[in-house]
Amino acid sequence: MTERVNQYVLESRDFQQLLDALIKRGYQVLGPAVRDGAIVYDVVESLSDLPIGWTDEQETGRYRLRRRNDEALFGYVVGPQSWKKYLHPAEVRLLTAERSGRTFRILNNEPAPPRRAFLGVRACELAAIAVQDRVLEGDRYRDPIYAARREGIFIVAVNCTQAAPTCFCTSMGTGPRVRGAYDLALTELVGPGKHEFVIEAGSDAGAEVLAELAPSAASEALCREAEAAVERAASQIQRRLDTTGIRDLLYTNFDHLRWDNVAQRCLACANCTMVCPTCFCTTVEDVSDVTGTHAERWRKWDSCFSQNFSYIHGGSVRSSAKSRYRQWMTHKLASWIDQFGNSGCVGCGRCITWCPVGIDITEEVRAIRESPASSKESSHGKP
Amino acid sequence: MTMATAATTDPMLPQPYSVRQVVKETADTFTLTLEPSNGAGGNRFQPGQFSMLWVFGVGELPISISGDPAERDRLVYTVRSVGQATHALVSREVGEAVGVRGPFGTGWPVEKTEGRDVLVVAGGIGLAPLRPVIYEVLHNREKYGRLVVLYGARSPRDLLYRKELAAWARQRETQVLVTVDYGGLSWRGHVGVVTTLFKYARLQPARSLAFACGPEIMMRFVARDLETHGFAQENIYLSMERNMKCGVGFCGHCQYGPHFICKDGPIFAYDRMRPLLEKYEL
Repeated sequence: MTERVNQYVLESRDFQQLLDALIKRGYQVLGPAVRDGAIVYDVVESLSDLPIGWTDEQETGRYRLRRRNDEALFGYVVGPQSWKKYLHPAEVRLLTAERSGRTFRILNNEPAPPRRAFLGVRACELAAIAVQDRVLEGDRYRDPIYAARREGIFIVAVNCTQAAPTCFCTSMGTGPRVRGAYDLALTELVGPGKHEFVIEAGSDAGAEVLAELAPSAASEALCREAEAAVERAASQIQRRLDTTGIRDLLYTNFDHLRWDNVAQRCLACANCTMVCPTCFCTTVEDVSDVTGTHAERWRKWDSCFSQNFSYIHGGSVRSSAKSRYRQWMTHKLASWIDQFGNSGCVGCGRCITWCPVGIDITEEVRAIRESPASSKESSHGKP
Repeated sequence: MTMATAATTDPMLPQPYSVRQVVKETADTFTLTLEPSNGAGGNRFQPGQFSMLWVFGVGELPISISGDPAERDRLVYTVRSVGQATHALVSREVGEAVGVRGPFGTGWPVEKTEGRDVLVVAGGIGLAPLRPVIYEVLHNREKYGRLVVLYGARSPRDLLYRKELAAWARQRETQVLVTVDYGGLSWRGHVGVVTTLFKYARLQPARSLAFACGPEIMMRFVARDLETHGFAQENIYLSMERNMKCGVGFCGHCQYGPHFICKDGPIFAYDRMRPLLEKYEL
């Protein structure tokens, strides 16, 4: 049981010390907070900022907050936001330029982003950050905006001890236990007369913070209890997405009738792409002031569900909703593998919860898998 | 991050170039010659690569480089004015600045054509990204076999580089054939789509590489017909086009099946494109 050597116990009444230790080190701590009936990510300075005693109920096209009968800090699953809010923001200025005479100069005056700590990163979200790292930092070009925001992030991960009906991380191999690059990992144990966290460090920076908290070693029994809690979350997960040969399955079913079926329901509203923690597509908008001497370029999240997304002179390549849903799902689950060596889906279930008409990506894959390569009669050859 | 490192490593920051010359090619198409505002040279590019051109306060566009790769002191682009940003671009006056990012993307595999024949098939403004290939072959005539240029345009008035077409046709080991969709009364040349020129072209498919650029529907038929003329799929190259916002693989707009047109292309061998070209709304 050597792995137990690194596991400690943090009482919930001492949790503020963890926040203080991070703040003292100059981190802006970002974590879960209740806003407008949802758990989102925001600045966290004290324990009371956290969603104490709140949980979320999720189903296809449904999300509600509910009171828990305890004081759990991380007693919810995932909300509509993901950490891409901070790493790959919805709107970011690429440049400011000033006209001088007949030329212009670029004023690259972006302040450095603050040093940040992410509190409450779930296993699927840790996987999603790794997916975006690969896309925006690990390919031919490196996005300096993402890189500057990503560098030096202190990650406090949280193991899930409960799952939503929309979760399918076990199918995507990403959770519910956190793996990979975290600084600290917590497992929250809450029950009658007790509320504590099993805490372990995953990096030198994490170990340093942990040492400052001076926690006592977790007992063997407590460690087992924490493991059982994570296993319970895993066993709660009902949704399955069979990834066997999924790349070829979707490539060979380009003309499947199911795409027409889903297009009947899909509103092309782009919600799924906005809540997806790995969707990275952006557009750029130019703005200038009334004098015409000052111009800015802003990068904003974009979605393959919009008609303009594929516009080239003469019209949009993907004018039907069917083709846009197919692009999104095929990219996420199939072509992403060709492009970046891994799936673009981490199984967080957000696209299922936040779809206003309750389209379920796992159900769409199942429908295609159950009657594969059925039909060539659909769209091919249409003008 | 310091300002200095951001400026040198950020692929999203344009460099100011100044317009040296604007030439009107047709009623709506112009060729811009740009030179670096700081007077520096060394604008290396491979034929077929593109740049992102930014008009201050208006917008940015992916435009193929249409100039001579040997002329390193300038960058040349041929632009058809079809929207707000292209209109603003071609309306720049001499001395005004244009922002340049790049060059980006893959080039035509000109090095593979050494000792072989080069077939260039262009439709409309698709001749622009192929012109650097023609310059390269004609400047280094001994390195390459025959050069055959097949060019189709909508009408005689839409022909680009008319004087150069005539000049190229006079070069040794060079055949230039032009066709138009609508000739009008004074046109004495070929009429029909560009594939109708294949029967007049002196081709040796087994020792040739074909480079095609034009509307996607044209490239589909060009590639299909070249196959029936005996070209191997891997010896046919196409220049693909999709919406682009960044040119470096971040924005996601240019995805074409598993490919990013901006960084995996825009030049692709036909054997990789063939299964995708058949897919409507891919």
